[in-house]
Amino acid sequence: MSLALTARGLSLGHPGHPVLSGVDLAVEPGELLTVVGSSGGGKSTLLRALAGLLTPTGGELLAGGSPVRGPSADRALVFQEDGLLPWRSVRRNVELPLAVRRVPRARRRGPVAEWIERVGLGDHQDRLPRELSGGQRQRVQLARALVGAPRAVLMDEPFGALDAQTRAAMQQLLLTVRERERCTVVFVTHDVDEALLLGDRVAVLGGGTLAAVHPVPHPRDPAARTAPAVLRLRERVLAELAG
Amino acid sequence: MTTLQQAPPATTPAAPPAPRRPGPWRRRALRAAALAAFAGLWQLLTARHVRLWVRFDHLPTAVQVWQAFGQQLGTDQYWTDLADSLRRIGSGFLLAAALGVAAGVLTARSRLAADLLGPVLEVVRPIPAIALVPVAIMLFPENEQGIVFITFAAAFFPVTVATRHAVRAVPPAWEDAVRTMGGTRVRVLASVVLPGALPGVVGGLSVGIGVSWICVISAEMVSGQYGVGYRTWQAYTVVDYPGVFVGMATIGLLGWLTSGAVELLGRRLTRWLPPHPGSST
Repeated sequence: MSLALTARGLSLGHPGHPVLSGVDLAVEPGELLTVVGSSGGGKSTLLRALAGLLTPTGGELLAGGSPVRGPSADRALVFQEDGLLPWRSVRRNVELPLAVRRVPRARRRGPVAEWIERVGLGDHQDRLPRELSGGQRQRVQLARALVGAPRAVLMDEPFGALDAQTRAAMQQLLLTVRERERCTVVFVTHDVDEALLLGDRVAVLGGGTLAAVHPVPHPRDPAARTAPAVLRLRERVLAELAG
Repeated sequence: MTTLQQAPPATTPAAPPAPRRPGPWRRRALRAAALAAFAGLWQLLTARHVRLWVRFDHLPTAVQVWQAFGQQLGTDQYWTDLADSLRRIGSGFLLAAALGVAAGVLTARSRLAADLLGPVLEVVRPIPAIALVPVAIMLFPENEQGIVFITFAAAFFPVTVATRHAVRAVPPAWEDAVRTMGGTRVRVLASVVLPGALPGVVGGLSVGIGVSWICVISAEMVSGQYGVGYRTWQAYTVVDYPGVFVGMATIGLLGWLTSGAVELLGRRLTRWLPPHPGSST
């Protein structure tokens, strides 16, 4: 059920001022691909193009083999912050994708309650976003993205604004949740360590072009963070980002 | 179902320490005292026939106005006038609210609408609604409709402009979120744009109801039959000065009550906004 995402010669931006130029990237169905790059390097643009929110100026973009023509519930988006509707409670934010799809109210309750529970917010479902901490808000976003069983989840620096401890907990939550949901995940971050911890593969994006895509040794094993192979890759990615 | 065990207990955001504020009754008493002091000062200046550079000896005293007010409250005429003005405000303002929000959303969301409607709106906007009296007289077969039209014109522009700004200020991420759920334009409008713009719209409505009162009273004075504005001007032409002040006090009270109602409705609809430290509730 998970979705393959393919960019072929993808370009975006104005001529003379490209944000992305000639990006070739194949995201395998069911993999967790992290995209790492410095700010302004086109990471968010790539993600928004994959979501169908931006129309490429060149090249093509495929989701499951067919061209991307606009946003779709198949590809859920998780924002860095401010993605929640502030007038809706936690529960009503999480049920939004189902409401948009006109799922009857009675059939929304089950999955909504389950997902709120899974992200650990069972006691907070009637709170408004402003009554939550930054980490809790990102938990809500995660539940909201996954409640509709999308085939791919696109995450735009979702933990970028969190403190280190909350961030580690959220990374763990993402990995736990993904054990069962085999959807494709594209995770954009500026943090190389986060990219290496979470990804099956890591794509390095700099200056609007794809520098490299590396398979990650020992993916998703926190204990392997200091393994020589991981450290070597880390050095390499950092060098690619600098050059 | 797997519940997450690794996650640390969700930290509740620290409640800010409640600032020491005077209790609601103290504040209410203070406000009543301010009004009483105003009336007291008025009584003092007028009863003593004070002539500084401005002359208070021609004005009716607060007590005289109070007595005239009491007298008028017992007449049918007072209440008919009140009902007339309220009906005009009600229809003009509601029409302005509906069309103003529609025009604001349209011009903010559609380039075509902005190009077609925008210039016309911008040219008509600076014309004071009360200057439309001749137009209203020519346009409408009856005075009544003309007054409602002027009331409408007064509130329409503040509502339109406020709505347009509020719609444009809605964070794009909210819209993107609903679009990536497969939401259509209509769904985005209903679930994101309208609720997201509501705080700004409420501001426009608040300004609009105030301007509406100014214009309904002026229109009644110029061309009205019945209504609080008409009665106030009528009192002036027959040298019934306390009557003029009863009219003014009535306008003040009605304006205060209606804008209070708009504010209250607005606050109820936008409860999700962070509480304002200086709010009067």
